[in-house]
Amino acid sequence: MQYQISSTFSSNPQSLFSLVDMAEVLRPEMLDISNDTSSLASSQELLHVLAVDDSMVDRKFIERLLRVSSCKVTVVDSATRALQYLGLDGENGSVGFEDLKINLIMTDYSMPGMTGYELLKKIKESSIFREIPVVIMSSENILPRIDRCLEEGAEDFLLKPVKLADVKRLRDSLMKAEERAFKNLMHKRELEANDIYSQLKRAKI
Amino acid sequence: MQRQVALIKQSLFDQGYLDEQFMELEELQDDANPNFVEEVSALYFKDSARLINNIDQALERGSFDFNRLDSYMHQFKGSSTSIGASKVKAECTKFREYCRAGNAEGCLRTFHQLKKEHSTLRKKLEHYFQLARQAGPKETARRPK
Repeated sequence: MQYQISSTFSSNPQSLFSLVDMAEVLRPEMLDISNDTSSLASSQELLHVLAVDDSMVDRKFIERLLRVSSCKVTVVDSATRALQYLGLDGENGSVGFEDLKINLIMTDYSMPGMTGYELLKKIKESSIFREIPVVIMSSENILPRIDRCLEEGAEDFLLKPVKLADVKRLRDSLMKAEERAFKNLMHKRELEANDIYSQLKRAKI
Repeated sequence: MQRQVALIKQSLFDQGYLDEQFMELEELQDDANPNFVEEVSALYFKDSARLINNIDQALERGSFDFNRLDSYMHQFKGSSTSIGASKVKAECTKFREYCRAGNAEGCLRTFHQLKKEHSTLRKKLEHYFQLARQAGPKETARRPK
């Protein structure tokens, strides 16, 4: 699928020839925006999940759950390492980490040092990473804890042991969100293209 | 031989050594990762050996730091839950209750029982995995023409 849409065009007469070309390209029927557009996530890239857990067994388990669900996985053993990975540990600032594409962070709640809750707060404070959904996992079903996490912006709270169905549900909802965002973007581009085309027609090119 | 393996597994469930979580782990195995459960199991026993050692040392010192003991046991219970080690998990829960009650005697007794269950499970699983390996891959294997 090729999208060669430029949302700017020049009314400079010297660029008339390029306008004609552009008019041809921008004819709505030339734009292949079909309804079964695959999202970036499913057609080109896998969802990349950062998993954080201090337990060796749980790390191996969550990694497998995510791989089986067709996700790319990075696993770390502490919140501190997670922050290092994201460039939020204050060492390098966030320079160079803007390109790091993480679609989801799943973290254990009870960890020595920094808890999953504290990690959640740090992520939500970050201008680069605050939009990334963060899911908290815990073996303890403590309502005030759950409330606190959700209030702080956690996407979800999963009781351990995490089920494959939980992971699949998360993945599906993330893919849908990505697809919606993608479709909205394409729809916007289509509207812009239509608009440009109409203007060109009126200018009788 | 496959039947023998299946029977052994069934008895582990029937006798309460393992719970549904173990089955969840098996669901994650495939041709590309045929030993996943055995790998997780090995990791569990390595990790829990470390925890048992830590707790042993803490108890031997005589000073009952219940918070610290509870913290070790929280980890132990967590990984036992993740692998489906049902009886071990139950002992972990009991231990933690004694910790919270500040009951040193109860802790010692329970820990002794926990180590027994842990050791029993380890032997049974080792036996099971050994047989499973010998029996070869399950029905999903392609038969030679």
